[in-house]
Amino acid sequence: MSEAVIAAAGITRRFGQTLAVNGLSLEVLGGEVFGFLGHNGAGKTTTVRLLNGVLSPSGGSAKVLGLSPWQDGPTLRARTGVLTETPALDERLSARENLEIYGQLYRLSRVDAARRAEELLEQFGLSERAKERVGGYSKGMKQRLALARVLLHRPELLFLDEPTSGLDPVAAREVHDLIRRLHGEGRTVFLTTHNLTEAQALCHRVAVLEHGRLRAIGTPEELARQFGGVRLVLEVVPADVDKAMQVLKNAQRQENGTITVPGVARAQVPGLVGLLVQAGVGIYKVALEEPSLEDVYFALHAQESA
Amino acid sequence: MNPEALRAIVRKDLTAVARSRAVLIPLIMVPVIMLVLIPALAAFAPRLAELPGSTLSQFQTFLERAPAGLKASLAGYTPAQQIVVLSLVYFLAPLYLIVPLMVSSVIAADSFAGEKERKTLEALLYTPTSDRELFLAKALSPWLAAVAVGLLGFLVYSGVANLVTLLTLDRLLFPNALWLALALWLGPALAGLSLGTTVLVSARVNSFQEAFQLGGVIVLPVVGLLIGQVTGLMYFSVGLVLLLGLLVWVLDAVVLHLAFRLFRRDQLAARL
Repeated sequence: MSEAVIAAAGITRRFGQTLAVNGLSLEVLGGEVFGFLGHNGAGKTTTVRLLNGVLSPSGGSAKVLGLSPWQDGPTLRARTGVLTETPALDERLSARENLEIYGQLYRLSRVDAARRAEELLEQFGLSERAKERVGGYSKGMKQRLALARVLLHRPELLFLDEPTSGLDPVAAREVHDLIRRLHGEGRTVFLTTHNLTEAQALCHRVAVLEHGRLRAIGTPEELARQFGGVRLVLEVVPADVDKAMQVLKNAQRQENGTITVPGVARAQVPGLVGLLVQAGVGIYKVALEEPSLEDVYFALHAQESA
Repeated sequence: MNPEALRAIVRKDLTAVARSRAVLIPLIMVPVIMLVLIPALAAFAPRLAELPGSTLSQFQTFLERAPAGLKASLAGYTPAQQIVVLSLVYFLAPLYLIVPLMVSSVIAADSFAGEKERKTLEALLYTPTSDRELFLAKALSPWLAAVAVGLLGFLVYSGVANLVTLLTLDRLLFPNALWLALALWLGPALAGLSLGTTVLVSARVNSFQEAFQLGGVIVLPVVGLLIGQVTGLMYFSVGLVLLLGLLVWVLDAVVLHLAFRLFRRDQLAARL
């Protein structure tokens, strides 16, 4: 990791009366995979548009790759690649045409664009159907082609908006491998996702956006410590659940039938299990779990709603 | 200005248009009707004039009211031949103008509003093109296509019209100064006006159909020219065409300036 490739200070964007992004300040470090989380309408896409100079801010400042998105837009966009939420491919053109044309738009010569298109078609397993119009492609193929297009000009900074949306598990895993490979090559990835498991698995740091405001930022582990804690998870004989709930303070019954006790330290576990045994509760499973990014996300969401 | 990027967008837009039946059908049908079928019908004009109850007498009244210049250009022809000359050289001239106007409007609607409708605009906004390059490339596609179709239409029309005049007058009338002025001066200017109007409309609508239908109002002045000629209120001369062309080029500059102001990345992205 190196210095910040994105440094936003209090960026704000209004659409009429609506405040889509509200004083957002964050830094993304060079070479990291940065997760940008938030529910629909939280302001994620607007932020990506702002950081690429596609939208102008109502206030605030930002430097991306050392450039001002709003003064050096074309120069900046030549060094970034954005995968939009929908593949945004011209369905009347073939896959090869889509890549070659965008290659030229990303300042490659015609020859280089054709060569690079060929490489990427091969890499994404689309060579055999490269001459077909994209309109006949499956959703997964379109998503792969859109990803290939993002990589045409070998961008230093990638913005990937829901890159695995609509993909089957195998294709999603391929995208995860690609993101890891991009990280291995030293590129920075700004990953916008709803998939918290994906974010936990891939991201070095994450930011959570709620109603255009930054609610939290840090590594998944830091956020877990900040907004959650280790919890005890118990699976008991179904007939003994009520008995167990009486014995354990702060216990919560989960939808899947398990019982969780938040904020339990490792040293407390033998004592709690002993109490249950004394009370005659039949125990199938005892586990101590770290909170997931999902737990953090829902904790933050609950705070915001409250 | 990056010429490679301009070429790439023009190529993208025109390739896409060539593969869309909904866009291509009017682009082929209208010129064929206007520039092949209708002028071919002029070959039958002398025969129709001889039929009982024909409107030849009304035509004579029209000629009596016609300006001296027009009368002079028809001197030496029989009344039946005059109908052929009048139709091919004068009356059908406004119809010819509809072709570059319509081609420009259809492709501009597909290129601007259609791009929004197909949700492909966002990817284009993220490219390292400036607003000026993006607008210029998007405007060039319909204009170049309209000028090309207009010139091709002019050549086809000249061929059909010459065939008709060869059969009915035993001479060739095309190309002539009036039609060269139409094809090379007024036609391209109208294509620009149609394009600018469609871009202005496209900024406020979200579908190709809406943009095409609303942008189509630009055809009304041309219909006015047609009515003006048929009713004898005016007739096309080289001078009038050059003057109209100049007026339309000035309007082009105004409308395209307004259209460019609407075509800001920020404004387009805000409406996505």
